[in-house]
Amino acid sequence: MTITTIEAIPTELAYGRGGGPAPTRTVVAYGFWIFILSDIVMFSALFAAYAVLSGNTAGGPSGRELFNLRSLFIETMCLLLSSYTAGLGMLSAERREVVRFLFFAALTLMLGAAFLFIEVSEFAGMVNRGAGPSRSAFLSSFFSLVGMHGAHVTAGLVWLVYMVAQVLAKGLRAVVLRRLVCFSLFWHALDIVWIGVMTLVYLMGAR
Amino acid sequence: MLGRLSWAAIPFNEPLPLISMAVVAAVIVAVLAIVTLKGWLPYLWREWVTSVDHKRIGAMYLLLALIMLLRGFSDAIMMRTQQAIAVGDAQGYLPPDHYDQIFSAHGTIMIFFVAMPLVIGLMNFVVPLQLGVRDVAFPTLNSVSFWLTATGVLLINLSLVIGNFARTSWWNYPPLSELAFSPDVGVDYYLWSLQISGIGTLLTGVNFVTTILKLRAPGMTYMRMPVFCWTALASNMMIVAAFPILTATFMMLLLDRYLGMHFFTNEAGGNQMMYANLFWAWGHPEVYILVLPAFGVFSEVAATFSGKGLFSYRSMVLATLGICILSFTVWLHHFFTMGAGADVNAFFGIMSSIIAIPTGVKIFNWLFTMFRGRIVFATPMLWLVGFMVTFVIGGLTGVLLAVPPVNFELHNSAFLVAHFHNVIIGGVVFGAFAGYQYWFPKALGFTLDERWGKAGFWCWLIGFYLAFTPLYVLGLQGMTRRLQHIADPSWQPWLLVAEVGAVVIMCGIFCQIAQLYVSIRTRESRRDLTGDPWNGRTLEWATASPPPPYNFAVLPRVETIDAFWEMKQRGLTLAQSPYQTIEMPRNTPIGVVLAFFASAAGFALIWHIWWMAILGLIGAAVTVLVFGWSEDREQEVSAAEIALMERARPGQGSAA
Repeated sequence: MTITTIEAIPTELAYGRGGGPAPTRTVVAYGFWIFILSDIVMFSALFAAYAVLSGNTAGGPSGRELFNLRSLFIETMCLLLSSYTAGLGMLSAERREVVRFLFFAALTLMLGAAFLFIEVSEFAGMVNRGAGPSRSAFLSSFFSLVGMHGAHVTAGLVWLVYMVAQVLAKGLRAVVLRRLVCFSLFWHALDIVWIGVMTLVYLMGAR
Repeated sequence: MLGRLSWAAIPFNEPLPLISMAVVAAVIVAVLAIVTLKGWLPYLWREWVTSVDHKRIGAMYLLLALIMLLRGFSDAIMMRTQQAIAVGDAQGYLPPDHYDQIFSAHGTIMIFFVAMPLVIGLMNFVVPLQLGVRDVAFPTLNSVSFWLTATGVLLINLSLVIGNFARTSWWNYPPLSELAFSPDVGVDYYLWSLQISGIGTLLTGVNFVTTILKLRAPGMTYMRMPVFCWTALASNMMIVAAFPILTATFMMLLLDRYLGMHFFTNEAGGNQMMYANLFWAWGHPEVYILVLPAFGVFSEVAATFSGKGLFSYRSMVLATLGICILSFTVWLHHFFTMGAGADVNAFFGIMSSIIAIPTGVKIFNWLFTMFRGRIVFATPMLWLVGFMVTFVIGGLTGVLLAVPPVNFELHNSAFLVAHFHNVIIGGVVFGAFAGYQYWFPKALGFTLDERWGKAGFWCWLIGFYLAFTPLYVLGLQGMTRRLQHIADPSWQPWLLVAEVGAVVIMCGIFCQIAQLYVSIRTRESRRDLTGDPWNGRTLEWATASPPPPYNFAVLPRVETIDAFWEMKQRGLTLAQSPYQTIEMPRNTPIGVVLAFFASAAGFALIWHIWWMAILGLIGAAVTVLVFGWSEDREQEVSAAEIALMERARPGQGSAA
């Protein structure tokens, strides 16, 4: 019996058309996309709850009395810009430019933290005015929807710090890039959710 | 320090839970003692607990499901007995408080911890083999999924011993499940065990959608995939689309209970019907998540045991995907009595009838597959025939219930109970048993005893009709579900027949246990040396029984549907080309470690032991971060090692 090692399985076809298993990078990014879709379904349930309950103020304050569109504009800009800087960071990472990557990661972190700071101060102000999450069904659904987005942003910031640590420790190797792609997908998806929050909750609620 | 937990949580004054608790504890201690004394612990830890092999994870899911089937069934027979004797002046042996916990636990366990692990276990074992690949897309995540499911099982069973379980039925409707009306830990046990196991299920969904869409053997285009893979794909897409709704809904109820919010409360603008809508927006897809893989099993069984290809593969695929989409458009039929108005009810009534059409297509496909086939009535085939008859009856009563005026009469009656047991037992459970009988030789390398298997089938089938046909009659006579006491003595004869049915089903379960025992005892004489005991058609039968860790030494090339059948027709076997180095995922304890912290956090949250909850969550987060840092997740198996393993295969004199 002779045992020889041969080259990889012939894949004359593209993997999607029956050419065998896809490469790891594709599989990881694709799987993470599916996870993000599930996350968006979860947000959609929270949006639905908000839509049902937004009028149920139980004699408490409504969105018109609570929402401040100026701070909304600033925090939205922070988040959207952070997505832009995250995108630039990804491009630098793809080109293996560590310093540029770190610069854009730092910018992304600062913008994300600014977004969170504005959100937390808004929440604190509302609670101080007696408009906390247990005041009415409207406020329960508001705090849960917006807070859930905020929790995702917080997780994203922790993840970004963690990724910066990995880049510093391991360099921009394929495995680190793969993880960065997932982070980047996650961070952009939070923008999509925020556009929904901004429109359905704040703009329509402040009328 | 210990939150709400005190000695009062243990039911010293109730003999029934105390005795069952003692028996369970004794069994666990005995098993642990045997395992430790025999020195099996290192083996179990190395080869099973930390395993990321999809075949072993699948086997563990099935074992978990079968054990929980015993628990769920003992709840069932306790309820049957109570209803059979607590008539007129007699009060039976179960007080209302205990009875309410039993029906809640029965439904919750049967859906989440029997039916779900049964189908997920089968998908785990079969899908990568049928796709002709070596594992799922994310093997470690797969292990995490399993262990989070096990966490849910642990928590829900702890409620038997420490504290109590919910009295709010398996759907846990508010306002009854709100803090004002259920202040103790029962509802919290329900919520946290399902929340934690739900994350596991969601990860399974992500994993399998990715696996099926991105990892298939060379040449396996979509329209060459076995039907079971199609149904698994549909089922997992529904998991991804539906389970997050359940997570969000339970989160809202948890926020109501823990932080005083008002999603579903009576006061401050809460809306209880929103819970019903959200719950069933998950719940109705859920029944198809369960039953589609069962349909997939039956498609494989029908083709294999009829000796011919599945009739109209394309219509089967279309019907599967049709059900996948339609399943999201029928949820309101669970509460036609909500008062949504005639138009809304008419829409959902019509959609609920329409979804019967693709299912009917499937029934005809199986029938025509059998038509003029060389039918072998092995045990899996018996389950198929039993299923077709039973499921059609369940489907017809379902269409009856889909008519809103009829539904107003039969809503929450014993008729409804009979209907959904008719489709879930007749569909999901029969399908899972067919799959268990069908793939068992592949998994363990020896066949199951046919005589005990057939006896088990007949007991289940006859017992099922005895147990549930009377409930149709009782429902039409006006008996509502979940009665702890029967006021009308004229119902008792029917309830006694149902009790007999439950006992016959119990005989069926005993037959299945005996089948397993006898088969293991006589395994040497029933070895499957060919890897193809049923003359199968799909790729899982092309490799050895049990398959090597890497499934296929050389990935098969697929040119048609029923790839293995085609290979056999052309006289081909696997491993036509030389071996090469394979990358296999390394075993890792991350799943079980994560589950440990999740169990601690879940238990602490249920009992309001905040310091322990924080420690558990930090532990879980650190575990994830440690794993996220690691890189050495795969190991290489060299061509020489593969050659050695292939030669050592039973019945395989020489390979390559």
